Amino acid sequence: MSETTLGGIAGRMPKFLRRADPAVVTAFACIVILLLLGSLYSRSFLSPEYLLQQLKVASFLGVIATGMMLVILLGQIDLSVPWSVATGAMMACAAAAYGPVGVALAIPFGVLCGVAIGLVNGIGVAYLRIPSMIITLATNAVAQGLMVVYTGGFSPQDSATAAMRYLATGFTIPGVPNAVIIWALIGAAMVFVLTRTSFGRAVYGIGNRERAAYLSGIDTRRIVLIAFAVSGGLSAFGGVLLAGYASKAAQSMGDAYLLPSIAAVVLGGTSILGGRGSYLGTVAGVILITLLQSILSVMQMPEAGRQIIYGVVIVAMLLLYGRAPASR
Amino acid sequence: MKDWRYWLAEQRGTLLAFGIFIVMFAIYSGNHPAGFTANVVQTAANKGVLLAFVAMAQTLVVITAGIDLSVGMIFTLTNCMASWLVIGTGLETAFGVLAVLGTGLVCGAVNGAIVIYGRLQPIVATIATGAVFFGLALLLRPVPGGSVNEDLADFLTGRFFGVVPASLVALLVIVLVVWVPFSRSEFGRAAYAAGSSETAAYMSGVPIRRGKFLAYTLAGLLAAIGGLFLTFFTYTGEAAYASGNAYTLFSIAAVVLGGVSLFGGKGSAIGAIFGALAFRTIGDLLFVFDFDPLWQPLFQGVILLIAVSLGAFALFRVRNRLEWFL
Amino acid sequence: MDGAAPLFRMEGISKRYGGVRALEKADLTVTAGGIHAILGENGAGKSTLIKVMAGVVAPDEGTMTLDGREVSFASPAAANQAGIVCIFQELSLIPELSVADNIVISDPPKRFGMIDRKAQRRIAEEALARAGASDIHPCALVKDLPLSRRQMVEIAKALARKPRILILDEATSALTAADVAKVFEVLKRLRSEGLALLYISHRMNEIAELADHCTVFRNGRNVASYPAGSKSDNEVVELMIGREYSHIFPPKPGPTAAATTVLEARNLSWADRLDNISLSVKAGEVVGLGGLDGQGQRELLLAFFGVLRGLSGEILIDGKPVSIASPTAASHGRIGMALIPEDRKTEGLMLPMTVRENLSFAALDRLSKGGIIDRAAEQRLIDDMVGLLAIKTAGLDIPVGALSGGNQQKVVIAKWLMRQPRIILLNDPTRGIDVGTKQELYQLMRKLADAGAAILFYSTDYDELIGCCDRVLVLYDGAVKRELVGAEITEHALIASALNIHGEGAGPKQGVGA
Repeated sequence: MSETTLGGIAGRMPKFLRRADPAVVTAFACIVILLLLGSLYSRSFLSPEYLLQQLKVASFLGVIATGMMLVILLGQIDLSVPWSVATGAMMACAAAAYGPVGVALAIPFGVLCGVAIGLVNGIGVAYLRIPSMIITLATNAVAQGLMVVYTGGFSPQDSATAAMRYLATGFTIPGVPNAVIIWALIGAAMVFVLTRTSFGRAVYGIGNRERAAYLSGIDTRRIVLIAFAVSGGLSAFGGVLLAGYASKAAQSMGDAYLLPSIAAVVLGGTSILGGRGSYLGTVAGVILITLLQSILSVMQMPEAGRQIIYGVVIVAMLLLYGRAPASR
Repeated sequence: MKDWRYWLAEQRGTLLAFGIFIVMFAIYSGNHPAGFTANVVQTAANKGVLLAFVAMAQTLVVITAGIDLSVGMIFTLTNCMASWLVIGTGLETAFGVLAVLGTGLVCGAVNGAIVIYGRLQPIVATIATGAVFFGLALLLRPVPGGSVNEDLADFLTGRFFGVVPASLVALLVIVLVVWVPFSRSEFGRAAYAAGSSETAAYMSGVPIRRGKFLAYTLAGLLAAIGGLFLTFFTYTGEAAYASGNAYTLFSIAAVVLGGVSLFGGKGSAIGAIFGALAFRTIGDLLFVFDFDPLWQPLFQGVILLIAVSLGAFALFRVRNRLEWFL
Repeated sequence: MDGAAPLFRMEGISKRYGGVRALEKADLTVTAGGIHAILGENGAGKSTLIKVMAGVVAPDEGTMTLDGREVSFASPAAANQAGIVCIFQELSLIPELSVADNIVISDPPKRFGMIDRKAQRRIAEEALARAGASDIHPCALVKDLPLSRRQMVEIAKALARKPRILILDEATSALTAADVAKVFEVLKRLRSEGLALLYISHRMNEIAELADHCTVFRNGRNVASYPAGSKSDNEVVELMIGREYSHIFPPKPGPTAAATTVLEARNLSWADRLDNISLSVKAGEVVGLGGLDGQGQRELLLAFFGVLRGLSGEILIDGKPVSIASPTAASHGRIGMALIPEDRKTEGLMLPMTVRENLSFAALDRLSKGGIIDRAAEQRLIDDMVGLLAIKTAGLDIPVGALSGGNQQKVVIAKWLMRQPRIILLNDPTRGIDVGTKQELYQLMRKLADAGAAILFYSTDYDELIGCCDRVLVLYDGAVKRELVGAEITEHALIASALNIHGEGAGPKQGVGA
C-alpha cells in the first residue's frame, strides 16, 4: 500500500497542466512560426492592426467551428455547415425586409432557421441512428434546395440590418472589433458549458463511450439532439455575422467554411472520434487556419495552391497525432 | 428453396433500384414532349452515366464500410486533366486517356493508403484529399477551357446503329472489365468481408487490407472514367467546386437508392448504377412536368433525405437497445 | 496415454492478462485418431488454452510441438496452415456473405484469378454434407440463418480446411438435439479417419458419449487426466471444484421475514433468451444468479434496467407494476436502480476521462443546479466515496484507465453509490480483479444490503455465490431451473444444477463438496 490514498491534494492539480495537450501546443507553435515567417515577408505581420484584423476574420470561422467542435466531441460530424451558414444569412436578411418587426427579429430568425436544420440532423442521428455524415449531407442539400427556391438562384437583394453590420464590423470597445468580442463571449460560454455543466460532461462521456454513458442513466439521445441544434444555430449565427460583414448574403457563402471548420477543430487536438479535446485547441486551430489563409493570400498564392496546402497540412497533422490505434 | 429464390433475395436491392428506374423512366419518357425516341434516350443516358460511374466508385468504398468524399473531386480533377491531354493524334489521345485513368488510380491509392495504412478516419481523410484534388484541378484549369479529341468524344457519346447510346455500351464494358472481376476476386470478397464484420474476417484469415486498398484504388479509377466522359460531353474542362461536391453527394444518394448498405458488406455496383440512373431521372421529372427548374435542388435534396431515412426502419427490429451503440 | 507418438504437445504454457493468470504452466498432449475432452469451470483456462493453440493469442511462455517439431503461430491463418482448426464459441462467420462464400473464405478456389463459383459451390456442398448439414442451402446468407444452423456452417467451414486437429469449443451449445446427434456421427467418423479432436463442453452426457480421454482444468492448470469413463460424474465435479478457499466472506445475517419485497419479476420473457422468469428480491437481501455463463443472466439484468425492448411479463417495484423504458428511468426517481455492468471498460467507464468525471457521471443530475455542476458538492461526495471504498489513485484528475482493474471496478461501483440506489444489480463484478479487492467488495455488498438495499448478484464464480448470497437462482437456457436457499447453496448443488444434471441425487444435501 505504497500508493497514497486519495486526499484533497491531488484534486487541486492545475488544470492547464493536465490539459496541456501536445496537439494544442503544436498548434500554437505553428501559429508563432507562421507569424515569424510572415514577418520575414513583410514587417506589418507583427503589427497590432494586422493581428486584430486577423482575429476579426478568424471570429467568423471561430463561431462556426464552436458548433462543429461540440458535434465532433460527440464523435459525430456536421456536414450541413455550408447551407446552415447561407440559410442563416439569407433568412436574417429576408426578415429584414418585413418592416421594423422584421428588422428587430432578423438575427434571432436567422439563428432559429439554423437551429431547425440542426434539429433535423439531431433527430436523424440520435433517434433514427442515421450516420451523421449522411443525414447532415442530406439536410445540407435540402437547405440548399429551399434557399435556391427562395432566392430564385440569385444572390438575394435584401441587405443586412444595421444591427447585423454593427455586430460584424462595429466597435463597442475602441480598437476591438465587435466580431472578436462575440467570438470571445461564445467561446467563454462554450468553455463554461464543456467544463462546468452536466451537459458538457455528458458530451465528453458520449464521445468516449456512448454505451457507458447510456448505461449511466444519461439520456444520450437528448444530448445529441441538443448538440446538433446548437451546431446548426451557431453556423447560422456565423452566417448572420458574415452577411453583416458583407452587407448581404450570397449563394455559396458557406462553402468556404466546411473544411476549415473541421480542420480547425481537428488541428486543435480534438479527436475526430470524439470524447477528447479542449476549446483552447479549437481557438488555436481557428487562428492557425486564418493565418495560413491570410499569409497565402498576401503571398498571392492562387486559390488552387491554398486548397492543396490546406489538404496536405491537414493530412500531415492528422498523421502526426490523429491516428487510430493499431488494431492488431 | 430453389437457387433462383436465393439469387432473387441477394439481388433484391439491385432489382428494386432497377424497378424504380424503369417506372421513373417510363413516366419521364411518357410525358416527354418528344416521347420515347432514340434521342431522348441518348440524352438521358449521357447525363445518367456520369453519375453512374461516380456512384460505382462510391460503392466500392462503401462496401468496405468506408466513405469517399473525394470522388467528386477526382471526377473534377480528371475532367480538367482530360481537357489538356485527350487531344491530338490517335496515339496522343490514347496516351492522354491512359494518363487520366492513371491519375484516377493514384488518387484512389492515396486515399486508400491514408485510410488503411495511415489509420485515419475515411471521412476526414477524403475531405482533405478532396481539397488537394480540387486544388490540382484549379491549377490545371483556373478558368474553364481546353478541348478534347472530338472524334472520340462524338463516338462515345453518340449512338451505335442509330439506336443504342454509346455511353451505355461504355458503361456496360466498364462493368464487365472492372466491377465483375473485382467482385468475383478474392480481394473483392475480402472487401465485402471487411465491411460486414472486420473481426470475423480477421479470424478467417481474409486479406482485409489488400481488399480495402484495392477498393479505394479502383474507386479512383472509376471516378476518373466519369471525369473522362464528362470531358467527352462538354468538350471542356472546368474546376467547378459546386459540381464536384454535388457529384459526391449524389453518389451517396445513388448508392443508397441502389441498395448498397452504408454500414458495409452489402450491395453491388450494378444496383448503384440503377440508383444513379433513377436519381437522375427523378431529378429530370420536374422538367417534363414543366416545373420551375429552381425546384430541382430541393426536390433532389428531399429524395436524398427520404432515401437515407429508409435505412432507419431496421432500427425498429432492434430489441436490445445496447445494439444501438455497436 | 497409449504408446503412439503424440501428434501435438503443449508444455508449460502460461498466459497472463494484466495481473490475472489465465494459464499457469499448462500441459496438454493430443494424439491422432482420438477425441480428447477438456473440462473445467468457467474461467479455468480452457478458452485461453484453445486460443493459444489456434494462434489467436501468443503464450507468455511454454512450447508447442507438432509432429515432434516446435511450432508457434502468429495468426489464426498460420495455425490453419499447420492443420489446427478451431470452431470458436463466438462465431467467425461473415453475416452478409453466403454460406458457400463463408465455407471457402480463407482459400477460395480460383479460375483465371477469379473465384470459381461452381467449384466453390461443390466444395461447400461437400463440406456441408460431411458435417451432416445438407439441409442448409449453400446460397443462403449467413445472417438469415438461425443460430443452430450457423453453428453447423461453422463446423462445415472448419471441415473444408482439411484439419488434422479440430477443436470444438462449446460447438454444440446452440444446437438442437437432432443436430447434436448428427455432429456426433461426424466427429466419430473423423476420429476413424485419423483426426485428433479436442472437445470442450459443459454437457457431461456428451462427454461421456464421445470422449476417449479427458483432461480437467482448474485455475489455469491441468489437474487431472484420465481415460473417459473411468470416473463418475460426481468425481469429475469434485475435480473441477477441488479448490482451496481463498475468500473471506462476511457473515450472513440469516433470514429476515419482515423485510418488504422491493424488486419483483413476473413471467419475464424476451426473445429466445429469457424464458418465463419470476423472482423477487427483498430489501436487505442478496440474491445470486448462478448457472453457466450465457444462460440469460446478463439479459435478465438488462431487462430490469430498461435496456431490452419487447419484454413480456411484468416488473414490479415495491409491489407496483412499472414500465422501465431506459436506464435513465431505471436509475432516476423512486425506482433508484443501479447496474454494475459486465464489461467495465466499455460499459462502466469512459477510460480516457478522469477519475473525477467518471465518479460523478451517473449522479450529475443530483450534483448540479440548473445544469451547472456544484463543484463543492461534487468534491464532497467524491471524497466520501473514495474514502468509503478506499479507492487507490494517484489523483482525481488522472484518466481512470490508469488505475488497476480492482480500483477501476471500485470506481464503477462508487459512481452508482453516489446515487444511493435501493436496488443494485451486479453483473459479474469481480471478474479479473485481485483477491484483496474482491474481499472488500463482498464486505461492501453485505454492508449495502444491511443498510436496506436489494441486491441481485450474478457471478461466474461459485464460491462467491456461496459466500455472499442469501438465495441463489440457477439459470439454464433462459429459465430459472432451481432455487437454492441458505445451506442448500453448495458448490456441488450449484454445478450440478448449472449443468442441468438430472437424477443426480435429486437432493442438494448429497455429496456436498465444499
